[in-house]
Amino acid sequence: MNDFINALALFLQSAVTMGTPLLLATIGGILAEKVGHLNLGVEGMMLMGAVIGYVTGINTGNPFIAIIAAGLVAALGALIYAFITVSLKGNQIVTGLALTIFGTGFANFIGSSLVGVTLPASVKGALSDFEMPILKDIPILGKMIFSQSIYVYVSLLLALLVWFYIKKTSFGLNMRSVGENPAAADASGINVTLYKYINICLGGFMCGIGGAYLSLVSVPSWQDNITAGIGWIAVALVIFATWNPIRAIFGAYLFGAIQCLDYKLQNVKFNFFGNPFTINAQLLSILPYFMTIIVLIFINIRKKKENQPPAGLGSAYFREER
Amino acid sequence: MKESYIELCDITKVFGPVIANNNVNLSINKGEILAILGENGSGKSTLMNMLSGIYRPDSGSIRINGKPTLFRSPKDAISAKIGMVHQHFKLVEVFSAKENITNGLKNGFIYKNKQLSKEILALANRYGLSIDPEKKVYDMSVSEKQTVEILKVLYRGADVLILDEPTAVLTPQEIKKLFMILQNMKKDGRAIVIITHKLNEVMEISDRVTILRKGESVGSIETCNTNPKELTDAMVGASVNLSINRPENIKGLPLMEIENLTITSPEKVNLLDNVSFTVKKGEILGVAAVAGSGQKELCEAIAGLQKVASGNIIFNSEDIVGLSPRAIINKGISMSFIPEDRLGMGLIGSMNIIDNVILKTYRAGKSPFIDRKEGKKNALQIVKKFDINTPSVYHQVSKLSGGNIQKVLLGREISLDPELIITAYPTRGLDIGASHKIYDVINDQKEKGVGILFVGEDLDVLLELSDRIMVLNSGRVMGIVDAHKTTKEELGLLMMGMKQEVAQNV
Repeated sequence: MNDFINALALFLQSAVTMGTPLLLATIGGILAEKVGHLNLGVEGMMLMGAVIGYVTGINTGNPFIAIIAAGLVAALGALIYAFITVSLKGNQIVTGLALTIFGTGFANFIGSSLVGVTLPASVKGALSDFEMPILKDIPILGKMIFSQSIYVYVSLLLALLVWFYIKKTSFGLNMRSVGENPAAADASGINVTLYKYINICLGGFMCGIGGAYLSLVSVPSWQDNITAGIGWIAVALVIFATWNPIRAIFGAYLFGAIQCLDYKLQNVKFNFFGNPFTINAQLLSILPYFMTIIVLIFINIRKKKENQPPAGLGSAYFREER
Repeated sequence: MKESYIELCDITKVFGPVIANNNVNLSINKGEILAILGENGSGKSTLMNMLSGIYRPDSGSIRINGKPTLFRSPKDAISAKIGMVHQHFKLVEVFSAKENITNGLKNGFIYKNKQLSKEILALANRYGLSIDPEKKVYDMSVSEKQTVEILKVLYRGADVLILDEPTAVLTPQEIKKLFMILQNMKKDGRAIVIITHKLNEVMEISDRVTILRKGESVGSIETCNTNPKELTDAMVGASVNLSINRPENIKGLPLMEIENLTITSPEKVNLLDNVSFTVKKGEILGVAAVAGSGQKELCEAIAGLQKVASGNIIFNSEDIVGLSPRAIINKGISMSFIPEDRLGMGLIGSMNIIDNVILKTYRAGKSPFIDRKEGKKNALQIVKKFDINTPSVYHQVSKLSGGNIQKVLLGREISLDPELIITAYPTRGLDIGASHKIYDVINDQKEKGVGILFVGEDLDVLLELSDRIMVLNSGRVMGIVDAHKTTKEELGLLMMGMKQEVAQNV
């Protein structure tokens, strides 16, 4: 029994590790979508953050500066997106896709000289697992949540902060109204453009540090296409979480668990009436993406008014339109 | 004479080729209700949108207390204590009343839930408005939404309240209540500007009227020194006969009988609940209802566009429930449903008049190619018969004015020689002259023995045009009354679902 609990705790610990970049990117997506902007550049911004975080980590040896730099470069990517979609009223889908393509190329270009270069010990050490005193002894949860990198604690804190901002502050009320009905927000005296810019860039920042988690903590080395599509899962997770950062925590860890399952099951020998077999590894790696589709189907069956996407999602706002 | 609080001087606003306002002058005084009267498209809303900071004037100036002021955004207008209740409400559907009222204000960092509720209730009580601060907008009736909009403006401390067509969606009783509230605000020293094209309302509530015609101010007059006839002539620019003709109906046979029709929404709400009525040949059956009472679903069900849960639609002694829209059109039912955006269900905006006319008849030809010759002939006939103002029949429909779009739609439907015409809001957005032309067309059809289901929003028109009026409330038939004998008040009570009170009054 103890063995089982230990195995479960270890499994959940790696689920949280895998889910953390998803969580950060999902929060980023939520921030942009809550002001009415579907940003499909999540994957690209994550890659930008991952590579800049890694470069900065190597060159400064300071994990804090590395993470901030990762966030800032992704926020810069989001700023380009915001300029095109908010100010120039360009198409959000196309712009987002372009940002992903740009981010991928950007990361491959900078990353080409990084393959094989390792992080300084100062960075690795600071971001390695940190066991919270007392809390670490809680069964299962202690291992799962409280024996993680500081990065994980910060991501949880950020999720709570963003939730508080959206649901409980006056600014959050204003930003929600911008996403729901920009004309109403404008008529109420809210600076629609400013709210959109700030939240889109803040969202980009989150995606960037989500990407940097991959290159600094979970992998941690540089490889091409280090995100491997989790930016796209994050886009779906925004819907799964019904635009709620707290629900995003559960969604991200669930998908983290599914990804872990993929690695774990590859090595398990099953026995079917005396015939030993293993599950095909390629088949298993489909799992998270397959689950995304299943989840999206179920989410879209559910129809509660509050769980619907922001009403203004995807459309540009012209004040003088008639 | 007292100094005007707000003065608009030589305001001009141009949208592309359209001059919406041309050198308009207007003054607003405190403690006064000013009506701005004008036909649709005369530039009333544009002018007020400039005063509320949504649009920026191309030239001219706005003076407040004699000081020239420039509004860069609605925020500036709010700081100048000007607030507007827009015709199409600007509310966030998933927010509560309270959230809508307070959003955009400096309420401190953390949203003070309880304190704000108290403030809103206190404000509402002061003016006799009733409101539940926690109620979500998507659960509200139109008049509740309007109350939220009014409170939103008041909460921002507006001294000038602009209401754009506030009565268009209200029942007579709700209008009375609104007017009482406006009087309260006037006594409180605020200035009220009410935009409308309804003369009786101008006479009832306003102290002064400013009339706009084709983007220009025609003049201002004290309400007590004028009469509806004079106002109409000023508004239209020519002498107009206000009465609507109603030919005697020919006591025809039943054309369409609807029996226990029920339609449910995906959320299992009854949009239409056990509705039964008959449309006879050669009669106009008016339908009166507050927006969203099931009139849209009714029209769509008859045209075959809505799934019917139960009940029958017997047309010429044949049940047409479940038939495809095309089969229904072939049976001689014609729908000219004109939704709010005018184009939506009837016409395709990006196509020209000919192609829109062909849309319902192109299948008649035997060749696999479309025969545009016949279509052109038809289109030319429709343009001539209905006096449609267009450069040519090749003109894109969405570029026509609202009135002409409606005429194309109605013209096409009538050219098919239908036995039943369903028409909803056929005069929405039309000026008085164009509206009367549409009424004449409908009356012509009636005299030919066509049955007409007429969904209207102006009760005065319904009373004058229809033979009988059916009133819907939340998808139920509240009553079918004789249009010759009923009154606006009775219709209003029925529209609000107060059947008993009507019975007591009679």
